[in-house]
Amino acid sequence: MPLLEIKNLTLEFISGDAAVRVLDDVSLTVDRGETVCLVGESGCGKSVTTLSITRLLPEPPARYIGGEILLGGRNVLKMPKSELRQARGGIVSYVFQEPGASLNPVIRIGKQIKEALTLHRPGQATDAEVIRLLKLVGIAAPESRMKDYPFQMSGGMQQRVMIAMALASEPDLLVADEPTTALDVTTQAQILELLRDLNRRLGMSILLITHNLGIVGDMAGRVAVMYAGQVVELSPARPLLERPLHPYTRALLAAVPKLSGNGSRLSPIAGAVPRAGHAPPGCRFAPRCAIARPECSQSVPELVEVELKRWVRCPFWQ
Amino acid sequence: MNPLLQVENLKVHFPVQHGVFSPAREFVRAVDGVSFHIEAGETLGLVGESGCGKTTLGRAIARLIEPACGRILFEREDLAVLHGAELRARRRKLQIIFQDPYGSLNPRMTVEDSIGEALDIHKLAGSASARQKRIFDLLKAVGLDLSGAPRYPHEFSGGQRQRIGIARALAVEPKLIVCDEPVSALDVSVQAQIINLLQDLQQKHGLAYLFIAHDLAVVEHISRRVMVMYLGKIVELADAEALVRSPRHPYTQALISAVPVVDRESRRPRIILPGEVPSPIHPPPGCPFHPRCPQAELACRTEVPRLRELPAGREVACHLAK
Repeated sequence: MPLLEIKNLTLEFISGDAAVRVLDDVSLTVDRGETVCLVGESGCGKSVTTLSITRLLPEPPARYIGGEILLGGRNVLKMPKSELRQARGGIVSYVFQEPGASLNPVIRIGKQIKEALTLHRPGQATDAEVIRLLKLVGIAAPESRMKDYPFQMSGGMQQRVMIAMALASEPDLLVADEPTTALDVTTQAQILELLRDLNRRLGMSILLITHNLGIVGDMAGRVAVMYAGQVVELSPARPLLERPLHPYTRALLAAVPKLSGNGSRLSPIAGAVPRAGHAPPGCRFAPRCAIARPECSQSVPELVEVELKRWVRCPFWQ
Repeated sequence: MNPLLQVENLKVHFPVQHGVFSPAREFVRAVDGVSFHIEAGETLGLVGESGCGKTTLGRAIARLIEPACGRILFEREDLAVLHGAELRARRRKLQIIFQDPYGSLNPRMTVEDSIGEALDIHKLAGSASARQKRIFDLLKAVGLDLSGAPRYPHEFSGGQRQRIGIARALAVEPKLIVCDEPVSALDVSVQAQIINLLQDLQQKHGLAYLFIAHDLAVVEHISRRVMVMYLGKIVELADAEALVRSPRHPYTQALISAVPVVDRESRRPRIILPGEVPSPIHPPPGCPFHPRCPQAELACRTEVPRLRELPAGREVACHLAK
């Protein structure tokens, strides 16, 4: 049984009388000890997908229309509140993009970590445990650092504190939503190394959201590519990067400049990502697709396993 | 041949005040003695991590920030000493595009007015009909639909807004455009559109770019030569391909190894730098990179390495580089 299984999840945001469908038939699994990357451009629904795992979206405006989210076999959408509270942090912890915005600016970081401990492991809400966690995420001199306020730390350090806090509850799954986007490349390398190390040492599953395909190559066991609220390709990372099957994944890879590429012209994807709720009929990528046919705009393609463990939402991928 | 832009020993220092009334005794050395040149029609890339001074350098060249000292020779004339109307007239040839196209467009001006304003300031459009035609030509040149002219910035997507910013810079027929992170805020699929557009315009109008970005792959793709900044100083300058293939400065080596790459073949052993960039108020003595450098020797702690020339037109500021 996978640790997390999202099945055909469909979600709408309601504003006034209008309902905007932001997730449409999203399916995804994360096994124990596995690192899965969720890739896509802004507005494709990656963050909404991850927030819905523990129902962190306010309802309304969010409304779950269909599908289920199984966390260790239990359906999150039917959980009573008390169990849900346990799952938040207890099973799934989050790290977000902007560590400065997630930390309380007027509380020392040691106390903030202790707060997480008090909630999930009250017996171990001690300075010693805080220090152990800070050491675990690679903060030097944790005894004095725990007395720092967030502003006294750099962005990379703050992100380490966020990860320490997420680890305080000993989660099975760490959801990292663009954890390095606000950081410099050398700091990014440090944080990614830390995540890989935690995955190896603690056997913790990681769901990593990113728009950077390079990070996918570095981190992921498997990848889900999202476009306009749908998963369009789901595959082990290596074959996906070497031989992408969905036209969108192919176009995305061709659009990114590569280090020591030969300076050849980039192939951009024409047009722009459709706004949520304004998805075209049929296949959502059809208007920008290089191999689109007239029938693509008529019916929505299904996500189909076309090769072993490789799922593609396009009947013409060959 | 004279280069289009020649920057000599440029320094920009910002005073740090510890109280409202106390005089500034310390300075952030944002740009600390930088020299380089740009030829007409070429792209010079500038990379570095946040706080290294790359944006300040770009703005100082356009005199949007006052340099503390140094010369900015643009077409052999020193911009650093010009003022008022003279500066404005010279600056027509030197434009700038910013990272956030929404923040740099007036939300209450239509696209037409934003672009037209540049024409009016420099008195480049004789009649109303000539002005209109010029605006339409510019919109076409950057790939925007003419129906967009009477609309406001908020009605456009990020990529389209960046096109408007480019059209406005082009309006005054510049020779050099400072591009400050022009594609960083855009989605990858749109990023490629803007990069291609910048390259097309360069070919057509013989533009030179100073292309500032933190994304090494983007900079390497668009630039002929690339310079790397660390703590206000240039640490390496080389042909784009050579820089990526065989970086000489230990910082450049770490920077390039840290970039996550898609294909496994081009992946190199990662150099994880210890610690963080030191404060530019109290830069370390000697080589600014020595506290984090895996190869630092005794001399690195005391002597500031000068940017010196190596074979094949490379310049490196490191005692140990060969």
